[in-house]
Amino acid sequence: MDTIDLDIVPLRDLNARLHDPAEVARITDWRITNSKGRHNIAVGLDAPVTVSIAGHVGYYCAGMNEQATVEVHGNAGVGLAENMMSGRVVVHGNASQAAGATAHGGLLVIHGDAAGRCGISLKGADIVVKGSVGHMTAFMAQAGRLVVCGDAGDGLGDSLYEAVIYVAGSVHGLGADCVEQPMEDADRAAVAELLATAGIDDIDPSRFRRYGSARELYTFKIENVGAY
Amino acid sequence: MCGIVGLFLKDPARHAALGALFAPMLVEMTERGPDSAGIAVYGDPAPAGGRHVVLVHPTPGFDWAAVGEGLSARAGGLVGVTVRDTHAVMTLPAVDWAPLAAWLAQAHPDVAVVSVGERLAIFKEVGPPARVLDRFGIADMAGSHAIGHTRMATESAVTTAGCHPFNTGPDLCLVHNGSLSNHNRLRAWLRRHVGVPFATDNDSEVAAAYLTWRLSEGDTLGAALQAALRDLDGFYTFCVGTRDGFAVLRDPIACKPAVLAETDDWVAMASEYRALAGLPGVETARVWEPEPATVYTWSLN
Repeated sequence: MDTIDLDIVPLRDLNARLHDPAEVARITDWRITNSKGRHNIAVGLDAPVTVSIAGHVGYYCAGMNEQATVEVHGNAGVGLAENMMSGRVVVHGNASQAAGATAHGGLLVIHGDAAGRCGISLKGADIVVKGSVGHMTAFMAQAGRLVVCGDAGDGLGDSLYEAVIYVAGSVHGLGADCVEQPMEDADRAAVAELLATAGIDDIDPSRFRRYGSARELYTFKIENVGAY
Repeated sequence: MCGIVGLFLKDPARHAALGALFAPMLVEMTERGPDSAGIAVYGDPAPAGGRHVVLVHPTPGFDWAAVGEGLSARAGGLVGVTVRDTHAVMTLPAVDWAPLAAWLAQAHPDVAVVSVGERLAIFKEVGPPARVLDRFGIADMAGSHAIGHTRMATESAVTTAGCHPFNTGPDLCLVHNGSLSNHNRLRAWLRRHVGVPFATDNDSEVAAAYLTWRLSEGDTLGAALQAALRDLDGFYTFCVGTRDGFAVLRDPIACKPAVLAETDDWVAMASEYRALAGLPGVETARVWEPEPATVYTWSLN
């Protein structure tokens, strides 16, 4: 375990150490103090280390994450775990806009609320939000799963591709081409598995509804070929 | 980029500590706007229907005696004069400000009016936010609410006049993070149809002037902001103060950041949560990001 105090160690030095193969082979548990909402903490990791941050983080925390587990004991700013490839990012407070944007893989868990555009352009990662999500969540999401235990804001799943959204609470409004779909056994199993992986055991998987793409917006239709 | 912060104290017992609570919030937003900073403080009302007029002269150490005597002679005496760095707060009795403003512009063209209001006083300068706060002694100020801005200029010059907050009518002020795309035509329209005078070419001043016009037409602050959603084009997060009110508005796309926190004692907004992280009781506050195209208002009454 190595503890880094960001009031003493420059953030660039911390990130450089976390990018250094020798350092992450030597130390697998990192603890960061005095994060104080600084931007770009623990970005671009590519090693199976655990980074625990005691406090709030600013923009793009754990962006581009691969393999690492990053845990934030506070709130997170814009672009949390943006473009994550693998690994696990957990926030115990709220997350600001565009959490998990374009993430390809791995698991993002938000124990509080996520603001607007959560999972925008999602490309394969899983996101579990214990609270609610804001407007335009999962906009143009292509692949991956989003589980929302609370409510969803307006424009949910607008212009959705093949990502799947599960919501336990109310949906303020669905975006273009996003529709409610039957919740089948496989969906209930998927939700139960994601909740268990996220460590959330106080909500019944049968409460969730499934939302997906109606495939009316993005699919090329052969009968329209003459129009091109 | 720009950073904005606002603090509205519901509990009068906290009013004495307004500046002390507010100053660290503004400092926290330094990286979003290191060019310049401005602070609007809603403090004690000027006595007997009078008003506080905050003036600025570009020369530090400027001798305000001639300005004070000139205003005093025309207002039938001054209630008070407080000089803070480049600014002077002239507290006037209940007289019409317009002829005094006309005299001031003619007799002291280097002096600019920063704010006019019964409770409002604005202080703004070029420089890092911590230094601006220190120069004006903001941390020692009392009041019910305060609004501040840290500026990274995009639309107009880095000057004292270009700093936010903008005051365009009695006790109204506005800070803005974003950029308006129809400010030029709206400014021309407000000039022509309403006769609003503009002090700068800044887009945010147009938003403030628009709200002043709506309020002068009888709108509530909430109704004025609803109308702004229709008439202002661009991207914005606004924080607005009036004599007794406090409001936050984001445009319908809401890509500019904003976070609100509320307890029984206070309401606070900021561009980033870290500006709120030091407030007393924030751990148990309701924290949320304001919805797009949704007007949030609070009032002292």
